[in-house]
Amino acid sequence: MLTALAVILPALAGRILGRLLRTALLLTLPIAVSVLVVNLFFFPAGREILFQVGPIRATAEGLGFALETLARIGAISGAITLFYLTTPPSELVLDLEHRGISPRVAFVALASVQTIPALVERASTITAAQRARGLDTEGSVWRRLRGVLPLAGPVLLGSITEVEERTMALEARGFTRPGRRTLLWWPPDSSHQRLARWLLVLAVPLLVVARALGWLGWLG
Amino acid sequence: MLTLESVTYRYAGAPHPSLHEVSLQLHDGEVLGLVGASEAGKTTLCLVASGLAPRTVGGTLTGRLLLNGEDAAALPMHELAGRIGIAFASPATQLSGVAATVYEEVAFGPMNLGVPRPELIARTEEALAALRIEALADRDPARLSGGQQQLVAIAGLLALRPAHLVLDEPTAQLDPAGTAMVATALAALAANGASILIAEQKTGLLAGICTRVVALEAGRAVLDGVAAEILADPRLTRLGVAPPAAVRLRRQAGESNLPAAVLARLDEGLEAER
Repeated sequence: MLTALAVILPALAGRILGRLLRTALLLTLPIAVSVLVVNLFFFPAGREILFQVGPIRATAEGLGFALETLARIGAISGAITLFYLTTPPSELVLDLEHRGISPRVAFVALASVQTIPALVERASTITAAQRARGLDTEGSVWRRLRGVLPLAGPVLLGSITEVEERTMALEARGFTRPGRRTLLWWPPDSSHQRLARWLLVLAVPLLVVARALGWLGWLG
Repeated sequence: MLTLESVTYRYAGAPHPSLHEVSLQLHDGEVLGLVGASEAGKTTLCLVASGLAPRTVGGTLTGRLLLNGEDAAALPMHELAGRIGIAFASPATQLSGVAATVYEEVAFGPMNLGVPRPELIARTEEALAALRIEALADRDPARLSGGQQQLVAIAGLLALRPAHLVLDEPTAQLDPAGTAMVATALAALAANGASILIAEQKTGLLAGICTRVVALEAGRAVLDGVAAEILADPRLTRLGVAPPAAVRLRRQAGESNLPAAVLARLDEGLEAER
């Protein structure tokens, strides 16, 4: 409950509650359905029968456990989605670099994120080229699977052969210089944000202790 | 001054060298054009002249690359980056891949060199202005056209303010307007004392900006001289290089028995155009 509040309130403040709920729901839907079905009907310690479908019994204990698990999954996916929706990777990495992580680590982190759209674009170009030469990428699952190999090969090999030219271009732009580099900008950090971070850090041990002592009741 | 002293270079695993005993001097403020058919060794010469071969590319090199008399092999790569800039033909691989905007992309090189922030901003804005791409500053480099990306890559090179520039077919993906912009920017750099080595198929571009031209054939420098003379040399066609349109026009006019006065007017016009 506390985690849900910790996710929903900032999402409301950032006006992204709708997007947050949609994304978190999409993320958790498949696992949520299986958790609900398995626990509702097959909870081993289930005694109190809610209803019965043939030989399978839905139990109240199972439902309770399923809802508890769902709340946990929802809290985790909500927190991750909130982070994803409010923190662009480039800003996160710039901030980390500003705080002292190595420029190379920052580069690798950013390049891996930025490479995904480039790979997707390359894959679509290669798909178009392969289809122009008669490759069947539509129709049955088996046909689509057969189309994956002629696509994956050029996408991966093309990326590998580009590495040499990329390395040369990076070297020619002074990337291998040791020491810190000048940053053009970094995300602003207000005193409110710093205060909020410290409060969150302090809240973690307090909540752990409170939970262990059973002070939180239904909230935790 | 950038000097190649009797350079022979062989790629790792290749049976024969791609460059044979090539010597050339690139003086400050000079724009040297490099022409030749495919596989004549233009790209290889660019890689050697920029210090990337054999250091990054591998392979074996005999002979020396000198920068104002100093052996480049003794300098660390990042120091070379501040002195020699290189641009390649394909724009996508030259971009850093980590910049969210064109502005950050252009600033990437000087950022790496630790240039102080006010100077970094000045350099970036100057480079954007030189290629008239200020309007692209906030765009995502990955979402630009090939020609626009090439201009961004060249701007990124200009922001490094190197004394020597090596450009391997920098206008391959550019339209005539983009090509003209690059030509103007290069001419301005050369006027400020930078030396430029440019490998190009567009001999018309070379005629406009080069002071000297070297022609390569199978890894050897076979012609070397004043740009106007080399680009008008009949041997160029045999080497697989198309002479500039103006040269072809003058040649055909000369073979058409036109009156001397008409030819003189044509020469005046071509000279003014150049």
